[in-house]
Amino acid sequence: MNHTMRRLAFDLTVWVASLFAALALVAHEAMAGNHVFAADNARWKAECGSCHIAYPPQLLPAPAWGRILSGLDRHFGVDASLDAASAAEIGAFLERNAASGRRAREQAQSLRVTESAWFRHEHDEVPAAAWKHPAVKSPANCAACHTTAEQGDFRERNIRIPR
Amino acid sequence: MRTIGLVFGLLAAASASAATPAEILRGFEAPGLASFSAQRGERFFKVTHGGDWSCASCHTENPVGQGRHAKTGKDIAPLAPGANPQRFTDAARVEKWFRRNCNDVLGRACTAQEKGDVLAYLMSLR
Repeated sequence: MNHTMRRLAFDLTVWVASLFAALALVAHEAMAGNHVFAADNARWKAECGSCHIAYPPQLLPAPAWGRILSGLDRHFGVDASLDAASAAEIGAFLERNAASGRRAREQAQSLRVTESAWFRHEHDEVPAAAWKHPAVKSPANCAACHTTAEQGDFRERNIRIPR
Repeated sequence: MRTIGLVFGLLAAASASAATPAEILRGFEAPGLASFSAQRGERFFKVTHGGDWSCASCHTENPVGQGRHAKTGKDIAPLAPGANPQRFTDAARVEKWFRRNCNDVLGRACTAQEKGDVLAYLMSLR
């Protein structure tokens, strides 16, 4: 009897542990296929989201965000300058949530997310014609296909490529 | 009942916006400036000033309707306060966008005369 109880307890532990491991794996897949970005800051969203979607901080490493912040008066050919208080708050938020690991290393050179190895890899199935569609206009226009990009959600199930 | 509605309406308007377009316009007035002209503002709005862009490149020739960012393609809400009551209700926001956009379109800051003319034009639209 004692043996049976111990066996049962062991089995239960194994089952619960497996369940947690499976859940963790699913969560990891969902997040770190890294297709959902949860970090949020009202000022970042308002300021960085007025001319394009507010690109998730996880898409660039901290030094790249620093270079972007210090060159906002000539931001990819447009004046996007900020007042000092907004720049400081947004800079700290971007740095806190910046890319790390492999994505950061692959992004080391360019300030353009769309020129990184991982971006090209993620989009290698997109037909050339889709990039030229008038509703797309630029590969930086995430929301043209990622219908929930504004919410930081880039999961496959929410992609609609205009045709 | 109507009075209560009116009071709530006024309160909502007051909390949502710190200023009115007319107040923002008065803020551009200065000794020595001509009185603001919607016609002059319209011309200023629609011509390129030696560069590639005009104000209308993004805000369109009809700023009562929706615009589109010339570079990114993102939608821009209507600019004319008659079509979009949130426009020209926050002086700091107005200054921020004049600073950026004048730099992009003209390569310099706009004068108070130019800003006043443009706002007079936008306020004339229905």
